[in-house]
Amino acid sequence: MTPHDGETNLEFLQRKLCAVYPDLCPLFSIEFADAVLMVPRSVLHRAAADLKEIGFERFGFVTAVDNGDDFELVYRLQSGEFGVGIFLKTEVPRCEAVIETLTDLWPAAGWPEREVYDLFGIEFRGHPDLRRILLPDDWVGYPLRKDYKDDSIIPRPDYI
Amino acid sequence: MALVDSLASALERIPGGGIILTSVDALADWSRGQSLWAMPMGTACCAMELIAASFSKFDFDRLGTFPRPDPRHTDVMIVAGTITKKMQPAVRRLYDQMADPKYVIAMGNCAVSGGIFYYDTYSVVRGVDQFMPVDVYIAGCPPRPEALQDGVLQLRELIHTRSIAKGRTYERELTLPGPEADRAGTTDTVRPIGDHPSRPASGAGESL
Repeated sequence: MTPHDGETNLEFLQRKLCAVYPDLCPLFSIEFADAVLMVPRSVLHRAAADLKEIGFERFGFVTAVDNGDDFELVYRLQSGEFGVGIFLKTEVPRCEAVIETLTDLWPAAGWPEREVYDLFGIEFRGHPDLRRILLPDDWVGYPLRKDYKDDSIIPRPDYI
Repeated sequence: MALVDSLASALERIPGGGIILTSVDALADWSRGQSLWAMPMGTACCAMELIAASFSKFDFDRLGTFPRPDPRHTDVMIVAGTITKKMQPAVRRLYDQMADPKYVIAMGNCAVSGGIFYYDTYSVVRGVDQFMPVDVYIAGCPPRPEALQDGVLQLRELIHTRSIAKGRTYERELTLPGPEADRAGTTDTVRPIGDHPSRPASGAGESL
């Protein structure tokens, strides 16, 4: 499969994805000139494997957003073949913040997943070495959660 | 410095010895301040100014100060940058490894007080004086190399006004908490210059 004349990289990616994996097609969208694939939690690993299969050979990063009841996990995958990156997103409930690891697909996901575990407390099931990476090992709590409380934090007064 | 120490206490006891002692004092104080080798503890953007200060345009070497990579070679630790809670034990350990007499310059707002990370932060130590003694504070975000040079000159002034004689030495009690592992069994007192008691058996030096 090759790009048509005048077809952008993103359009070519969308066409190829829909042709090869039709069930992922409705989850695909283009937001702010960037490809986004929003998948349910249960198919995240499969979708990541499919994206790797069609040319997203590089794992960029993983981060998370605290949306209150849910955490939104944001993976960035990059492709030399398409010349574009893609945001692979999923949501995990706060009460059960567990997701499958992608370290079996990209070993480079190991440290970014540890970072998300460290700061958001999201467990990556199957990760070979899931422990804190930035904070000291005896740290209590996950600081980037919105409800994180710590006695040492001094709130910023209004007049500053 | 053991010879100078015993010389000082011996001279103080004989008549007229104080005059000699004053001269020796002046010489020792002067020589101590002339060659302050720096331990560059650069952890953030202030380190850029610290590096620039060493290079040809500002030329720290003409003040006798230049960076050395080993704490055991250095006299003054220049903390240039934000110190996080995870970094704190490492900084304190490097400070403990420096040989007496040793000095600390806190360069930039982060090292002075936490700076812009003072409020709403979970990870930053609010100033290096929380866990080790600081001699000179330099404000700025970041300070210019000229400010750092001025800080070194002020430290030199500070050293020139100290004395090696017993009873007139610079003393300071350090009650600030250090890392637990390094504090085990040690009395956390900054020794006066020229006073060198033997280290406690389980002191920081042995645990390294």
